[in-house]
Amino acid sequence: MLLFTLFVALSLNFFLPRLMPGDPARALLAKMDAIQPEQLESIRAAFGLDTKDPLALQYWHYLANTFSGNLGVSFSRFPMPVAQVMRIAVPWTLGLMGLCTIISFILGTLIGVFAAWRRETKLASFSVGFFSFVRSFPYFWLGLVFVYFFSFRLRVFPIGGAYSVDATRGSGSWWLSVLRHGALPALTICVTSMGAWMLTMRNNMINVLAEDYITVALAKGLPLRRIKSLYAAKNAILPSVTGFAMSLGFVVGGGLVTEMVFSYPGVGYMLFQAVNAKDYPLMQAIFLFIATAVLIANFLADIAIMFLDPRVRDGAK
Amino acid sequence: MIRDFLKTLVSNRKSLAGICILGFFVMAAVLAPLLAPYAPKEDKTVRIVPIGEAAKTEERIAEEYPSDSEDLLTYRSTTVVEYQKRITYMPLKAKPSPQHPLGTNQAGHDILSQLLYGARVSLSVGLATGLFITLISLTLALLSGYLGGVVDDVISFVTNVMLVIPGLPLMIVIAAYVTMRGVMPIVLILGLTGWPYPTRVLRSQVLTLKNRDFVRVSKALGERTPFVVFREILPNMISIVMAEFFSASMSAILGEATLEFIGLGNVAVVSWGTILYWAQTNGALLSGAWWWFLPPGLCIALVGTSFVLINFAIDEISNPRLRKR
Repeated sequence: MLLFTLFVALSLNFFLPRLMPGDPARALLAKMDAIQPEQLESIRAAFGLDTKDPLALQYWHYLANTFSGNLGVSFSRFPMPVAQVMRIAVPWTLGLMGLCTIISFILGTLIGVFAAWRRETKLASFSVGFFSFVRSFPYFWLGLVFVYFFSFRLRVFPIGGAYSVDATRGSGSWWLSVLRHGALPALTICVTSMGAWMLTMRNNMINVLAEDYITVALAKGLPLRRIKSLYAAKNAILPSVTGFAMSLGFVVGGGLVTEMVFSYPGVGYMLFQAVNAKDYPLMQAIFLFIATAVLIANFLADIAIMFLDPRVRDGAK
Repeated sequence: MIRDFLKTLVSNRKSLAGICILGFFVMAAVLAPLLAPYAPKEDKTVRIVPIGEAAKTEERIAEEYPSDSEDLLTYRSTTVVEYQKRITYMPLKAKPSPQHPLGTNQAGHDILSQLLYGARVSLSVGLATGLFITLISLTLALLSGYLGGVVDDVISFVTNVMLVIPGLPLMIVIAAYVTMRGVMPIVLILGLTGWPYPTRVLRSQVLTLKNRDFVRVSKALGERTPFVVFREILPNMISIVMAEFFSASMSAILGEATLEFIGLGNVAVVSWGTILYWAQTNGALLSGAWWWFLPPGLCIALVGTSFVLINFAIDEISNPRLRKR
């Protein structure tokens, strides 16, 4: 399943530009006046223009190239190979997005447990209302608002970028600047994505709390904390982890746009630049990278489910 | 069936609040030409006025004679009158003022008017896409859930594959290939990337309904397939279909705003997303023009919240466990 999905993502990359009405490649070529022959070559290669090869053979070449790590040459950063451009951007995105996903998943789930366990309290119903409101914010807009208040008005955080250009790379002050630059994008991603985890967890938890075994546990007079964490939360988290796949897609999408707002030099900002420069080879590589990353995260979630859910574990044996 | 459903929606406090917010924005969009103080792209007012001596003479004659008198007409036809175009430009990036309650943008367009007219585009794209996605996913869900077999295998497999391919990057990539810029491509792109999740939800609902006794009885009585599907199964799915419609519309409004913000929409169209695009490209943030970028985002968030509220209510109605104890 995992490999097949990867294959579909690869094929989308190959067939989309070829299926599009209006032929984007030719439209692009028509607009370029001063174009270097090598650049022309890279576009032709990316779109399979002017090749006499049948589509199937082109496809075969494309797959072979991709698997050997040859993603073509970036058009906007010519003559850098796409793979090299990606290597600069990927660590920033992995760091920012990876950390934020983990933090927001843990925090969101904890708040969700609380909101279900003490659902009569004002704080619990407030948190439900608050997060469903925040969840409908456009990610990028919340980013803009943060930049306006924290960077422009209060001048607490830098306006964009990922590190201070003055500090030497790797030094203590450089790492500090990385933290300061990352704070606002991270806050944006966490605040907007926490809502999804929190609301799912709350609903699961409420469903679990209505089960008979919880009533039995209560009747037996077990300690409430034990019921909450071991009886209810442990079972309620399973659908959350299973639903990781779909939610992760949203989080990653939001993260990309957040990077664009903060000019954070990760994959999202690069996608933004690639789209504006019509750098199709780079765009394809970024899409492929994101799809692969999401697939791997899903795979890890599946493994986590094996450990968490004895039904799946025993079924697999 | 639908009437009962609507009645329950109105009686629930959350959904009533949601319906009110949504209604407010729909009214604002419909009445935009009446409510907006300016046209969305109006940047100046032009009046043609006589100047100098001519202006004074004309004024005097107009006072002395009735406006349609022979003398006035003769005077006008015999005298060369100098006229001047008096153009008043609207202030650029102006703070909120009585003339412009939400200020103006870099071209002097009134932001309030842009918001009102923008609501028409943003809401109609959101709701149209929501409907489009609901129709696609309902059709696929009924086909795969009811028919089962190979049809189900194929549809479920494709759905599951598309489900894990991240939607927004896919949307951006497709939109970058599309050379046509406009509202229709956005609806199509959002629709074609948004169907997998609702399809999965609706399919599992079809599956549970298909095995209920009343459906079995109906089939055993020899009812034809269209009757079973449209008269027995579909009416029992209204609440879940509505819920999917509202979530699809919500993600469509967000998706539209995102694509337009990145510059992949038609930037000449006035919508909430393009207002934000222009605000970003003209440095609204760094010139402190909060009146320019705060309101469109708030509008999007409020409309989104109204959909979420309505869906909360639908959840509570269909899942008694979520109701207040």
